[in-house]
Amino acid sequence: MSPTERDGAAASGDAETNTNGADHGVDAVTEALTDDPDRFADAEWAPGGSAISGHARNGRVAADGGSAVSEFQQKADVSMTAGERRRQWLEERVLAPARIVWSDWRARTGVLVVILYLLMATVGQMLIAAPSPNQGGYLVGAFRTLEFPLGTTASGVSLLSQTVYATPSMLTMIASGAVFTVILGTVFGTISGYKGGTTDSVLMVVTDIMMTIPGLPLTIVLASALQIEGNPVVIGILITVNAWAGLARAIRSQVLTLRDAEYVEASRIMGMGTPTIISGDIVPNLMPYITMNFVQQARAVIFGSVGLYFLGVLPYNSVNWGVMMNAAVNRAGATSSPAAFHWLLVPMVTIIVLALGLTLLAQGADRIFNPRVRARHADTIADDDESSSNTTGGI
Amino acid sequence: MSYVLKRLGQSVLTVFVVISASFGLIRLLPGGPLAYLRAQALQQGGSSLSTAEINARIAAQTNIAVSEPLYVQYFQYMAAMLQGDFGVSTRYGDPVMSIIGPAIPWTVFLTASALFLAFTVGVSLGAFMAYREGSTFDVTSTGVGLVLNSTPGYVLALLFISYLGYRMELFPTGGRYASELTVGFNLPFIASVLHHGALPILSMALVGFGGWALSMRGNSIRVLGEDYLRVARLRGLSTRRIAMRYVARNAILPMYTGLMIAIGTVFGGAVIIENIFAYPGVGFYLIQGINARDYPLMMGGFIIITVAMVIGITIADLTYGWLDPRAKGGATRESY
Repeated sequence: MSPTERDGAAASGDAETNTNGADHGVDAVTEALTDDPDRFADAEWAPGGSAISGHARNGRVAADGGSAVSEFQQKADVSMTAGERRRQWLEERVLAPARIVWSDWRARTGVLVVILYLLMATVGQMLIAAPSPNQGGYLVGAFRTLEFPLGTTASGVSLLSQTVYATPSMLTMIASGAVFTVILGTVFGTISGYKGGTTDSVLMVVTDIMMTIPGLPLTIVLASALQIEGNPVVIGILITVNAWAGLARAIRSQVLTLRDAEYVEASRIMGMGTPTIISGDIVPNLMPYITMNFVQQARAVIFGSVGLYFLGVLPYNSVNWGVMMNAAVNRAGATSSPAAFHWLLVPMVTIIVLALGLTLLAQGADRIFNPRVRARHADTIADDDESSSNTTGGI
Repeated sequence: MSYVLKRLGQSVLTVFVVISASFGLIRLLPGGPLAYLRAQALQQGGSSLSTAEINARIAAQTNIAVSEPLYVQYFQYMAAMLQGDFGVSTRYGDPVMSIIGPAIPWTVFLTASALFLAFTVGVSLGAFMAYREGSTFDVTSTGVGLVLNSTPGYVLALLFISYLGYRMELFPTGGRYASELTVGFNLPFIASVLHHGALPILSMALVGFGGWALSMRGNSIRVLGEDYLRVARLRGLSTRRIAMRYVARNAILPMYTGLMIAIGTVFGGAVIIENIFAYPGVGFYLIQGINARDYPLMMGGFIIITVAMVIGITIADLTYGWLDPRAKGGATRESY
């Protein structure tokens, strides 16, 4: 991990933006000098006709013949009502991203998959009876009967109802793990990247140590030594106990390129506190990256938790996809006997579909936040430049 | 040089912290392992054991002499661990190191070959996909890559073991090599090792390779649009030189960090895979220790996995500067 990676880039970036700024300054001055004061006294101009533009009225002589209104005293002629504001916010933050998401088949599939699982966790509970022994015959295969579409276990429990009833706790676990990672990673990464100096060194030593400790073995050891209960929130956090370190590293390197940006420097000169600068100026710029990582962490939590439940080393309160796989292998020998294989296959497919949906969603998120794609909005997204999200996971 | 020293110091610090943390886990947790070991000793020895005898037994197993003051316990524990003395397994009755020690090379064999396979095949395939961007080959490979990337390694392992292992009986379903063979550098033994290792390695490599191929593809496409590539072509450089020096090098670099993180996840993944294939590596013994509540074995396995990982990441980190000249040298940054 290089401590220097940003220096070259940041320096050249600065130079570039500075010259740009200078250009604008010169333009503005020449424009102002050659300005004809009557230019803006336009008879056809009426308030409310155009967008808010304080600068357009710059230099206009006040009506009473007194001094010209300074740029700093001027108020906008048009004010937006709360409703307009709300509509604009909705358009910018919700509708435009939604259109972009919908225009890309990957993101569309991802969103549909996630909605499907959310429905399964909420509505599914009402439609399908809770799993109980002797609901049906023993080890009925998948797609044999309408009553048990996914088959039954060796004790006659419907696999469909087990899968559905496992969803809420799984989703809770996934969400808590992902939220924990993203918050801790963002806090560590932004503070150490922005503050620099000793703070940076100390935080990064902690991060590097956490990053080098193997995650799953650490989770296993902690779970057995801590005697935790099967609370999904706690287990979600336990599984991501050191996953935040990698994110903190990545966010730090992004912050390094932002900390010397003009608007950050301006805030610093105005004497704003570090928390204000980080939350107001830096984090909004990292949101795309953070969102993508949230989705990827969610996938990592599924893989980790199901794997450890399958091994039988995590405590649990209720039915769970990993526990289903464990039962299929240990109780019915699903790996060696074809009769019980569907018992193993149902949770496997459930996991893969959810993970695939999240992967596609991550790629879609990349597109939403990619300014080049955004600028074109939803109209012209036909061309298919594959944006490489960080799909490098697993090995 | 100072960077190398700093980096090595950091690795030593990491190992130190992990061992200290394991001491904390064993010694300080309320109702933790120590209480369990004491109860176990009481159960086995009945009322005939005196407190001193129980303490002595715990000390032999965990290197922690409960009667000593806390700092003495800590120093004794650290000293023993740093000398490679991980105590005595309560399940097997042998020193932990003599159980886990022989398992280390096997785990490294599995994880290293899987990572190597996934990385080389994934990267070359990704480069080829980028070269043929938009073709049927590219679209199909991207789809396959996405699905593989969304499959956990243990799912693939379970499918492999049930189809290729049990149903078609093409591969063994457990062990490291056929037991009747003489261990050594002979052809039947090596063949047997590869035969037993094939499925675990494949199930780890296949799920990883999709991710590598997709990121290599993305990076290569990005590099292919760069101006310096056009300049290189205008200079009349050979295609080979452009492909190796300009495209490959710049496309692989961003993935190097991913490789380092992957080294970490590989050891975690191996724990589950080794248990599915009953492959006696470090991860296998770690779970054996957990299931038998054999705390010395469990802590030993965890510390060994961590040390292996620290070594791997340190090597990767130290060679990074050699791959990317920009990463050399120390930075001085003003702090706010």
